[in-house]
Amino acid sequence: MEDMIQMDRTMSTQQDIKIEAKGVQVYYADNHAIKDVDVNIADKTVTAFIGPSGCGKSTFLRCLNRMNDTIDICRVEGKILLDGEDIYDPKVDPVQLRAKVGMVFQKPNPFPKSIYDNVAYGPKIHGLARNKADLDEIVEQSLRKAALWNEVKDRLNAPGTGMSGGQQQRLCIARAIATAPEVLLMDEPCSALDPIATAQVEELIDELRQSFSVVIVTHSMQQAARVSQKTAFFHLGNLVEFDDTDKIFTNPQDPRTESYISGRIG
Amino acid sequence: MSTSLLTTDARTKKRNAAEARFKAYGLGAIIVAMFALVILLTSVLGNGLSSFKQTFIALEVELPEDKLDKSGVRDLAVMSKVTTIGYAPILRNALLATLAEQGIETELSNKEISNMISKEAAATVRNRVLGNPDLVGQTVRFDVLASGRIDGFFKGRVTMESAALDNNTSPEALEIAQALADAGIMQTKFNWNFFVWPDASDQRPEAAGIGVAILGSLYMMLVVLCLALPIGVASSIYLEEFAPKNRWTDIIEVNISNLAAVPSIVFGILGLAIFINFMEFNQSSPLVGGLVLTLMTLPTIIISTRAALKSVPPSIRDAALGVGASKMQSVFHHVLPLAAPGILTGTIIGLAQALGETAPLLLIGMVAFVREYPAAFTPESGLFGEASTALPVQVYNWTQRADPGFVERASGAIITLLVFLLIMNAVAIYLRRRFERRW
Ligand SMILES: Nc1ncnc2c1ncn2[C@@H]1O[C@H](COP(=O)(O)OP(=O)(O)OP(=O)(O)O)[C@@H](O)[C@H]1O
Ligand SMILES: [Mg+2]
Repeated sequence: MEDMIQMDRTMSTQQDIKIEAKGVQVYYADNHAIKDVDVNIADKTVTAFIGPSGCGKSTFLRCLNRMNDTIDICRVEGKILLDGEDIYDPKVDPVQLRAKVGMVFQKPNPFPKSIYDNVAYGPKIHGLARNKADLDEIVEQSLRKAALWNEVKDRLNAPGTGMSGGQQQRLCIARAIATAPEVLLMDEPCSALDPIATAQVEELIDELRQSFSVVIVTHSMQQAARVSQKTAFFHLGNLVEFDDTDKIFTNPQDPRTESYISGRIG
Repeated sequence: MSTSLLTTDARTKKRNAAEARFKAYGLGAIIVAMFALVILLTSVLGNGLSSFKQTFIALEVELPEDKLDKSGVRDLAVMSKVTTIGYAPILRNALLATLAEQGIETELSNKEISNMISKEAAATVRNRVLGNPDLVGQTVRFDVLASGRIDGFFKGRVTMESAALDNNTSPEALEIAQALADAGIMQTKFNWNFFVWPDASDQRPEAAGIGVAILGSLYMMLVVLCLALPIGVASSIYLEEFAPKNRWTDIIEVNISNLAAVPSIVFGILGLAIFINFMEFNQSSPLVGGLVLTLMTLPTIIISTRAALKSVPPSIRDAALGVGASKMQSVFHHVLPLAAPGILTGTIIGLAQALGETAPLLLIGMVAFVREYPAAFTPESGLFGEASTALPVQVYNWTQRADPGFVERASGAIITLLVFLLIMNAVAIYLRRRFERRW
């Protein structure tokens, strides 16, 4: 433990910290789902959350943009700082926060509207575009970044729900990046995708790293190893180990991490 | 030993037999339901279609100045002193003249001749004359209503045998009617006025119409739509999307479900107590009727709206919140459009229920005999303030009357009501199809 904190400090001097979580506890009614988690998410890096099913990865991810607020029985304690500001401060409007911290969900969930409207919705409600041309530009750029532009440029008015699962997921990514967030949270974004689409999304994540800080939850060790620079391993609500991805996969400190990545628990 | 797929084993046979039995039950149930529907429709249509037709007599009526305008200068004040009683002999004379012209012999008394013409006819002619005094002194052609008995004769309701026992008509009168019909002077034709005329008194079923009832029903539906839809939808959205889930909202939810099951007559008593006795709105006005029906329709709309909102997948709400939409934006931009078909269907079904509701309206006095069109939207009467009636109440009212002519009219009103309901349901289905979207 002492070691880890030491390491975090050295890390934080090297890179800007975007999100700093301190002593986070999450309860679903009486179920203690996240136990005292401290984590620092650096700017312009990809951080992967791995761990067995039910260990609280999604729960913790949802704390970072206060999506847990929508669950009545959910209670969050501790501090989460975005650029040094506590996002659970009563003065913070979660709507403003979510414009800064975008999210892509595990199951593709495009709006039952046209492809264009799906992507344009966020910029519209946040007033990011001054005129129609601006908006068109944002939509095109977002779709290009999501590696979807070439497939849909001729049918922007077709319904977003009429596309394949992989296309829908990339549409959701385009929708999330259209609002120009500073942090992008992705909850198993590739679980519905074929290997080709997965490769495209991974490439996209790598690109997004230039401009955002990306947090990705994944069940695939290979994916975590491929796309992330930092990896956090969760187990039964505890953050067991958080380190550079290389280190986690080549030289895990904790026996639980080792058995998980070698396939013995999970 | 493995069994062949080509022979069915005992278990499969049993399963298939159970399935076949279930299908038979289902089919049987549907057949019974259809049979009941067919019986209902044939009986209503058989009784009521004839109310859309009416027997008229084409008369050349001489309008003598000495009887109708004593002043001789078309002074309306003087002319209106002549009541319908003064017009009745003029019509009788016109009919007698027509009979003579056609060479139809008759020994009927003057009273019996008068009885062939509807009592409404004199009023019709009087109104025409007062509306256009220049007609006095001329001979004008009128299509006047035949009396209910004569009309019934052409519709098969009155026969020679029944006429022999009837004080209001006689077999001889029916023979004359037949002769007039043969000459083309008496005709049974489509009567648009059935939908326009107000109710008529007991002696003149032939002049009764559902105009006031339709108008009253429409006013009430307007009140219900304008109040129940916004209130119902707003409260459902609040309960479903914004309200915290705790004991209080649970209690409210249970109460709303209970309200939906409260017998409608209870809402009538409530309306009587609140709107008429306490707030002192006019009795039997469409406003009060509409308010009572609103109370009754609200739970239906709330329940169906909540069901529609619940059926919108939560992932859509997450998606909207995830891009930084506020709760309200997520509801109004995404959830509500998806729930709209369900909300509309529920609303229309609620309206249809309200349209056919009788009991609460009886309690607030809508059963009163209404001869005049209600003046709505006028400052004098107050908004929706004047007495009116409604379609189902009119049906009830007519079935209580002695003259069999009203039974036919009650069935006619039922057919009209059913057509309205059918149209509303068709609209509901159309809207559902039109706006239903996949997600
Ligand atoms: N909405 C909820 N209400 C109550 N309990 C919940 C809720 N969501 C999650 N939990 C509980 O919180 C714990 C962590 O769940 P979470 O969804 O974060 O796991 P996860 O690591 O994302 O799992 P997976 O890999 O299967 O997605 C679980 O024990 C789960 O039962
Ligand atoms: Mg999860």
